[in-house]
Amino acid sequence: MAGHTKYVPQSAPAKWLEARLPVISLIRGSFVDFPTPKNLNYWWTFGGIAFFVLVVQIVTGIVLVMHYTPHVDMAFASVEHIMRDVNYGWLIRYLHANGASMFFIAVYIHIFRGMYYGSYKAPREISWILGVIIFLLMMATAFMGYVLPWGQMSLWGATVITNLFSAIPVVGEGIVTWLWGGFSVGNPTLNRFFSLHYLLPFVIVGVVLLHIWAFHTTGNNNPVGVDPKSDKDTIPFHPYYTMKDLLAIVVFMIFFSWFVFYLPNYMGHADNYIEGNPLVTPAHIVPEWYFLPFYAILRAVPDKLGGVVLMFGAIAVLFFLPWLDTSKVRSATFRPLFKIFFWLFGIYCVALGYLGAMPAEGIYVILSRIFTTLYFLHFLVVLPLLGFIEKPDKVPESINDAVLADHGKPSAA
Amino acid sequence: MMPCLPIMASRVQLEIGAGDFKTMKTLLVKSARALALACGVLMAGTAAHAAGEGPHVERQQWSFSGPFGQYDKAQLQRGFKVYREVCAACHSMNYVAFRNLAQEGGPGFSEDEVKALAADYRIEDGPDDFGDMFEREGKPYDHFPAPFPNEKAARAANGGAYPPDLSLIAKARAVKRGFPWFVTDIVTQYQENGPDYLYGLLTGYEEAPEGFEVPVGQYYNTGFISGETLAMAPPLMDELVEYTDGTPMTVDQYARDVSAFLMWAAEPKLEQRKELGLGVMLFLILFASLLYFTKRKIWKDVEH
Repeated sequence: MAGHTKYVPQSAPAKWLEARLPVISLIRGSFVDFPTPKNLNYWWTFGGIAFFVLVVQIVTGIVLVMHYTPHVDMAFASVEHIMRDVNYGWLIRYLHANGASMFFIAVYIHIFRGMYYGSYKAPREISWILGVIIFLLMMATAFMGYVLPWGQMSLWGATVITNLFSAIPVVGEGIVTWLWGGFSVGNPTLNRFFSLHYLLPFVIVGVVLLHIWAFHTTGNNNPVGVDPKSDKDTIPFHPYYTMKDLLAIVVFMIFFSWFVFYLPNYMGHADNYIEGNPLVTPAHIVPEWYFLPFYAILRAVPDKLGGVVLMFGAIAVLFFLPWLDTSKVRSATFRPLFKIFFWLFGIYCVALGYLGAMPAEGIYVILSRIFTTLYFLHFLVVLPLLGFIEKPDKVPESINDAVLADHGKPSAA
Repeated sequence: MMPCLPIMASRVQLEIGAGDFKTMKTLLVKSARALALACGVLMAGTAAHAAGEGPHVERQQWSFSGPFGQYDKAQLQRGFKVYREVCAACHSMNYVAFRNLAQEGGPGFSEDEVKALAADYRIEDGPDDFGDMFEREGKPYDHFPAPFPNEKAARAANGGAYPPDLSLIAKARAVKRGFPWFVTDIVTQYQENGPDYLYGLLTGYEEAPEGFEVPVGQYYNTGFISGETLAMAPPLMDELVEYTDGTPMTVDQYARDVSAFLMWAAEPKLEQRKELGLGVMLFLILFASLLYFTKRKIWKDVEH
């Protein structure tokens, strides 16, 4: 990363620092002089947007912890204390609660962008795998965070999800008791979830840095999917992409604020405004929206263990995506068949999300099974075969050629 | 006001899946058949919500809806009167303090009015230096005292039903929306399904249809979220609460006013939120426009 800058320290303090810890050249090489493909579109801004939301979550989370009490008898009341008595507590909490949804929105778009443009392919497999790890960590963090207000959905959501582990043969029951720290979801569970909910975001930051390190080593992918060949293909990160990312982040903040200020409870479930009560089960236990596709897969299988395996399999399969896609061409722009299947895959995911909120009866079960099958077929059959069957369009020689062709000018090369 | 415990509802079959989770868990472990069954019912429960069980909730006009919405202070004061003279007989409001009534964005009582109001209540305090609990006059910092010392006492006095706490009731009922409304709600900023539901419930008492057997101690209501009947007797009737400002003293008006009051009780910072939101939005839109032109200028010479 540092190798991307020709920075030479001029002032005495800078020379002193660089000789001991070359942090200035590291930053300049990574976020100032870093050569970036000049054709990145706005879909590329969602990585930066996701990072911005992560920072918002950490900052608001740290403030919330100053006022929150992680105890089953006091957690709910302490959240109400934040909402009613803490200065701007309502703002901090609504930012944090909606921020979780915003993080998933940004990351889902980021993941689909990577899939469309083949960003997972060689040599960026490690970036992709680190990304899947971030996704898993996010899911764990979001789940545990949802438990902390200790509303009815917190308690019963935690009960249902931790119970999934009881499907594991022989040791399942033991694992569940171990996770709970008792024989039901209770105070020890709340305490460990709180501890982990505070820890994991910093782990996410660490993996995000590795993620960035990895794709700064290989260089960014880009909409054309051809690696930069000359200086004509790239521009320095600053001011071009700092500016473009900042614009995108501020526009995203407008979207974020729309929910925080006008629809603060839209993403949540009303039952979480009822204090958790182990004696009263809510009529409908529903996960947060970002888990719904996986919930649909879980329920599509009539066998509990099978459902759990498929649900985790739906994420695990992402780890192998770089090798399941056999096509040498990265960008969907030049893959006529893949393009169709990509959008179909998008439909599968939305359909599964919808079915995750529907009754597991009649037509919905059948549809859940069909879309679960299609989901896995996409990865396990369609992508491996497409590489052999599909005849890709002609891929431009370079980014610059593609840009010029796009603008209707003759190739300079 | 609403014994909403699903157990009390006649549509109990929905709750079975959720029923007793520990029992269910044991079953899960013991046999695959029981497992499939339990999962099935659990899902049926989840499903019912999305599939549109529950009453049809009519949309009402509220002064606090939309981006510029504000509470109607006179309405909150009337609603508070209804709460105090009717609801408070059975329902607690644990998270609301007397002082809140004088806070900005609330019913707009003065500090003195709140002091006098609090003084009307007897609050248990202590222990004193002899270790005894004692009663004293309420102070603005006290929270509204609950009508019953505990859940058991509340149930004993209410035919086995537990009147829920009302502090958050206006945000705590999952009113079904369904497609496409849950999408259009994002654009229309519809967040008033809580008070809409409360209004519908309070005005939803009806004669049970021919042939419908209303269980003893239950009342037929078309607006109840978890069944056709509930344990709360119709709490309102015309002329029940004295309004001095000429507002009609009808069930309809009481229901409206108390629903608005409960919305405030659940979301006392709504006005601040919407005010700040407007400023934030205007700033962000202006800032984004400036950034847009800056970005265009910076990128002017790059073909991309």
